[in-house]
Amino acid sequence: MNDKPEKLIDKKGLRLDGRKPDELRPIKIEVGALSNADGSAYIEQGKNKILAAAYGPREVHPKHLALQDRMLLRCRYHMAPFSVQERKSPAPSRREVEISKVIRESLQPSIFMEYYPRTGLDVFVEVLQADGGTRCASITAAALAVADAGIPMRDIVVACAAGKIEDTVVLDLMDEEDKMGSADVPLALMPNLNAVTLLQMDGILTLEEFEQAVNLAIEGCKKISVIQKETLKAKYVDVKEVEE
Amino acid sequence: MSSVITRVKQKQIAQLIEKGKRLDGRELTDYREITIEQGIIERAEGSARVLLGKTEVLAGTKIELGEPFPDTPNEGVLTVNAELVPLASPTFEPGPPDENSIELARIVDRGIRESKAIDTEKLCIEPGKKVFVIFVDVYVLNHDGNLIDASALAATAALLNTKMSKYQIEDGEVKLTSGYTQLPVKKHPITVTSAKIDNKLVVDPCLEEEQVMDARISIAIDDDDNIRAIQKGGNGYFTPEQIQEAAKTAKEKAKQLRKKLDW
Repeated sequence: MNDKPEKLIDKKGLRLDGRKPDELRPIKIEVGALSNADGSAYIEQGKNKILAAAYGPREVHPKHLALQDRMLLRCRYHMAPFSVQERKSPAPSRREVEISKVIRESLQPSIFMEYYPRTGLDVFVEVLQADGGTRCASITAAALAVADAGIPMRDIVVACAAGKIEDTVVLDLMDEEDKMGSADVPLALMPNLNAVTLLQMDGILTLEEFEQAVNLAIEGCKKISVIQKETLKAKYVDVKEVEE
Repeated sequence: MSSVITRVKQKQIAQLIEKGKRLDGRELTDYREITIEQGIIERAEGSARVLLGKTEVLAGTKIELGEPFPDTPNEGVLTVNAELVPLASPTFEPGPPDENSIELARIVDRGIRESKAIDTEKLCIEPGKKVFVIFVDVYVLNHDGNLIDASALAATAALLNTKMSKYQIEDGEVKLTSGYTQLPVKKHPITVTSAKIDNKLVVDPCLEEEQVMDARISIAIDDDDNIRAIQKGGNGYFTPEQIQEAAKTAKEKAKQLRKKLDW
């Protein structure tokens, strides 16, 4: 636990896992990973392993929560007890409640909520293994799950964090960098609309560093978005081939 | 909230903002009148009541003995909680904290924690075993919008007003003695919230503005103009340009408030 590395960035400007400051971790995405869900996705980003599922549009329970003019979106972000070093109690923590809220608010602007009045869309995210940046990877997967469920959307939301370690602004922080670095800026984007739907920050940044971090995170989102969209398309190309 | 009334109001508010005006006559980057009263709850170790226009928030601090977190054995512990008590608004209901009060508490917590406002090392009694635990309880008494900025102000003001009992260690036991010292507060974070309404940003949204806003962004600024914490909220989005605009405004507004409050 306490064998802290001396430096997060070496003399050559490389990070603990050998990445350059503006390099993403390896990403693997799978669409339709679960058969029961209306839509689902699985993402690996670094050591993060996250499953997302979308159920809906469906009847809202309890009924009184239903909205007369649009769909009700609910999100639950949850971490498995074995996903982190010290066992996490399965009961929802305050952190999980907050992240569930910001994930919902990051997806909501992308969905045509008014197409399905009086119905509900439930998005469930389970973090099976955490390695820093879980909320961003969760959003990337959750947006794919919603798309896979066939819900009409303005854009597919994608998320990535930037931050600061050892006075350098870097992309896609992993666990050690998140814990020992000096700032973390998770950001979600609708890439075609250039609209930021999630933005949080903690640590310390000057105004200039913050602007750099936001721009770097946006670049990261755009790179992930390409992988995300290719994965979604690939699923349906596969289906077509089987039919032929 | 999208009742007919708020939709009618949305038009009115948007038209006003287009002309650089607001319902209550403020400019787009004006705060409402701020009043802070400290030390109004004698039983609390520290307290402060903040009036931000008609929004009213009371924060109280309590100090207990406890154990440090394993990863920070030499530091005291900070715990922030927020209660949206039912007397403050017709929309607040009794019961366990919902996501809104949890989010509020965590935004206030991050502002204080990330700016290292409290010198937590001075709260350590015995490394790894005994430290002081500072509880900040934010109590919303009247909701007229922008609970985040009002709560953050109240929390910092209450910490500045907090007195710690002196203590002695006798046979390994901590004994509180007479006399008090001031809680060591090093930084004074100020959180500035902007709301996006009809593609324009307004600072310190009142309740009616919050009901029609697309999204909000809250930015905590420390004594040296650094950004320490940010939270976007609401169902809308910001353009990257709007984010930078909000950050610049937050820096300027925090500076003005700091001067006014003498923090």
